[in-house]
Amino acid sequence: MARQAPVRDVAPTVQRLRLRYAKRGRLRFSSHRDFQRAFERALRRAGVPIAFSAGFSPHPKVSYTNAAPTGTASEAEYIEIGVTVACDTERVRAALDEALPPGLDVLDVVVASTSDFAARLEASIWQVEFPGLSLHVVQQALDAFLAESEVLVERLMKQGKRTFDARAAVVWARVEEVDAAAGVAECAILTVVVRHSTPAVRPDDVLAALRLVADLVPPTPPRVTRLAQGPLAPDGQGVGDPLALDRG
Amino acid sequence: MTTAAERAQGATIFTEIEALLPLVSKPIQYVGGELNAVVKPWDSVDVRWVLMYPDAYEVGAPNQGVQILYEVINELPNALAERTYSIWPDLEGHMRAAGVPQFTVDAHRAVGDFDLFGVSFSTELGYTNMLTAIDLAGIPVLAVERTIDHPIVIAGGHAAFNPEPIADFIDAAVIGDGEEAVLRITALVQQWKDEARPGGREGLLLALATSGVAYVPSFYDVTYLPDGRIQRVAPNRPDVPWRVAKHTLMDLDSWPYPKNPLVPLAETVHERMSVEIFRGCTRGCRFCQAGMITRPVRERSMSTIAEMIDNGLCKTGYNEVGLLSLSSADHSEIAEMSKALADRYAESQTSLSLPSTRVDAFNVDLANELSRNGRRSGLTFAPEGGSERMRQVINKQVTEEDLIRTVSTAYAAGWRQVKLYFMCGLPTETDDDVLQIAQLAREVIRAGREVTGSRDIRCTISIGGFIPKPHTPFQWAAQLDHEATDARLQKLKEAIRNDRQFGKAIGMRYHDGKPGIIEGLLSRGDRRVGRVILEAWRQGARFDGWSEHFSFTRWMSAAELALADQPVDVAWYTTRERQQNEVLPWDHLDSGLDSEWLWDDWQAAIAETGVGDCRWTPCSDCGVCDQMGTDIQVGPTGVTELPMPILRTSVVG
Repeated sequence: MARQAPVRDVAPTVQRLRLRYAKRGRLRFSSHRDFQRAFERALRRAGVPIAFSAGFSPHPKVSYTNAAPTGTASEAEYIEIGVTVACDTERVRAALDEALPPGLDVLDVVVASTSDFAARLEASIWQVEFPGLSLHVVQQALDAFLAESEVLVERLMKQGKRTFDARAAVVWARVEEVDAAAGVAECAILTVVVRHSTPAVRPDDVLAALRLVADLVPPTPPRVTRLAQGPLAPDGQGVGDPLALDRG
Repeated sequence: MTTAAERAQGATIFTEIEALLPLVSKPIQYVGGELNAVVKPWDSVDVRWVLMYPDAYEVGAPNQGVQILYEVINELPNALAERTYSIWPDLEGHMRAAGVPQFTVDAHRAVGDFDLFGVSFSTELGYTNMLTAIDLAGIPVLAVERTIDHPIVIAGGHAAFNPEPIADFIDAAVIGDGEEAVLRITALVQQWKDEARPGGREGLLLALATSGVAYVPSFYDVTYLPDGRIQRVAPNRPDVPWRVAKHTLMDLDSWPYPKNPLVPLAETVHERMSVEIFRGCTRGCRFCQAGMITRPVRERSMSTIAEMIDNGLCKTGYNEVGLLSLSSADHSEIAEMSKALADRYAESQTSLSLPSTRVDAFNVDLANELSRNGRRSGLTFAPEGGSERMRQVINKQVTEEDLIRTVSTAYAAGWRQVKLYFMCGLPTETDDDVLQIAQLAREVIRAGREVTGSRDIRCTISIGGFIPKPHTPFQWAAQLDHEATDARLQKLKEAIRNDRQFGKAIGMRYHDGKPGIIEGLLSRGDRRVGRVILEAWRQGARFDGWSEHFSFTRWMSAAELALADQPVDVAWYTTRERQQNEVLPWDHLDSGLDSEWLWDDWQAAIAETGVGDCRWTPCSDCGVCDQMGTDIQVGPTGVTELPMPILRTSVVG
């Protein structure tokens, strides 16, 4: 008995679309796998003519890049999809946004007209809010961190515990304070530009490094948001729009 | 941190919960936000329900019973329903430390703020999880200690057909289908509130009890004989009925729920849309509580089923549909339905599954139809008994010839793996009956190799321990003790392992007999078992359905302590055979089954004689339709065209 995949007519991909979406509020606790399942359901609900791979178990043509870790919010996650019929980008954006639960919001859709998209995601801007910590305390920790040329941190990965440098990837950082409105506890806000590397240095690695060099232990878990991803700005203080080239 | 006293009723406590979520595993399960979830303003309604499936979110969220009631209640203008699930021990610890109460996943309100707390039990192993939730909600665990400010705790689901072991912890139980019951209860609570709560908490419970909508354990006294058996169960209030009858929903076509299926973000045990194609089963398998307590059979028509699937796929985006029931191949329109649905969804990468385990070639045909384009990996059949004799005892009318013919058809159609379900510990069973499972598996492999000419086929036998359940002909039977169960399974395992010719093609899955003894204790227990549950829970019992959390030693030591002053013990409840004249703890709960019929069926089991299905052979007088004023509702309707699908908007530019 042969175990061959059934022969199917697979509709070809005629257009590739690049999407930016946000993961906000309580939905920041969704994992990347949670998002993948939700997104594939949303494609069906929205009636997007997604292309499928051939074979025994066809899967929709969706590529994900650099997902923000579970528990962190993001304003800048990117996906690329292949469709079998040319689509209107704004209609796709609106339909997918509607089909996803509130908090997973599709912000931008463009037709992919360039290659090497993933390579354009050179760095991320992360924002870390520290409720209960003053600007001064966080600034001191940051200064100590920036003064080092290398800060080795440990993280549990699939392959086991790994030790790597969390310092070199941090290209720029700044601390501000929330305007102390009445009734709001003090809250320092750290903004860091982190270059994408292998292994990826994540915000919790930077937090681990701040604890190592300056004993910074936040009273409550900090709230982390990825603000942007893209090509590193020439001055190293930010990132550009990775979809700019596709917009033409 | 705000205290319960400072917090407004119905206020969200999400901020407090949010601070704990980075500290726990799989935080997504606590945040809600499911597609199609409903959040109503607290003050927009008078009657507020919180519904719980007492297991982890990943198991509880897909539960159809909770989803249906959630929607039925939320459709009412005067009521709202939110959901809560069991909290894993990691978050429970943080919540206790921070003073955060059990919360709903919809609007993150404190469970203690609601009027009604409905808990749905598919299995008795959820009892300790209910206690954790009640306690975390700040509600007294014992019903007698509750005041007018606490929610009314109501048990439902199949296990509620014997709610006696949890009688001390619940205020009421609803037995049978819940759709109409929740509407009636909501109306009674509305009326009670409108009339300024006459009689307080007890007044409301009395209204529930006298209306017959629910069983209120505190209005019944149980007396015992010196030897430990029950002497009598009698109401202690006038107007409270001697027996409480189950609810039966008729005409499923007019109740096409869920219309807005919930789609969790967190991964759950069923990542698909479910459509119940009929309710009830009259195959008459004597071990099967579900088949006994859900009579009669009530089919949904093919047209309604197709509409529910179309609507559900539109609203959820799922790519798999499960056609659920107790024996889905038995639907009178199943062949037409399977073909029409397979035709409709063939091109859309949507798969259909029919969780049927019926042993016959027709079932294989259906499976072939539904897997037209897909992979044919495994098919499951449930002969349940290894020997011909055993199958007569349990009224599973399947011969070895039937089984071999069925699996041959399956292997020939390209299925690579056949899974067979069996039980161990059935009444009158001997070692030999169980060893015949190995013989049967050998014949299955022999037949498979013959028809395929290939050795690349497998058979997995999956064995569950038999647990006698209330309201079945086996309710009087002795449960096999766990040592004997384990010894029998060991012999079976050796028989398979020693088989040089076929052994390697046969897999065996089973569990040890210990959890079954505790489930048996909880299934056929009376009110005295409540003390055991409380003691086990106090000693830390949680998530008893999860092998990594279940502790047999803890349960046994709790039972010893809690039953020390009683003439009964765990063995008395489990491995003891009952006589016909014994008052059973659930006798005052009316499933409609005539107790004479049940006893006769038990005697027929011992005599190894079968009973037919009333859909195809004459009525066997089980008593349900007469007692409940119901009737079998089956097709075919004659309508074989699917209704037009819903039109979808286009994103094509």
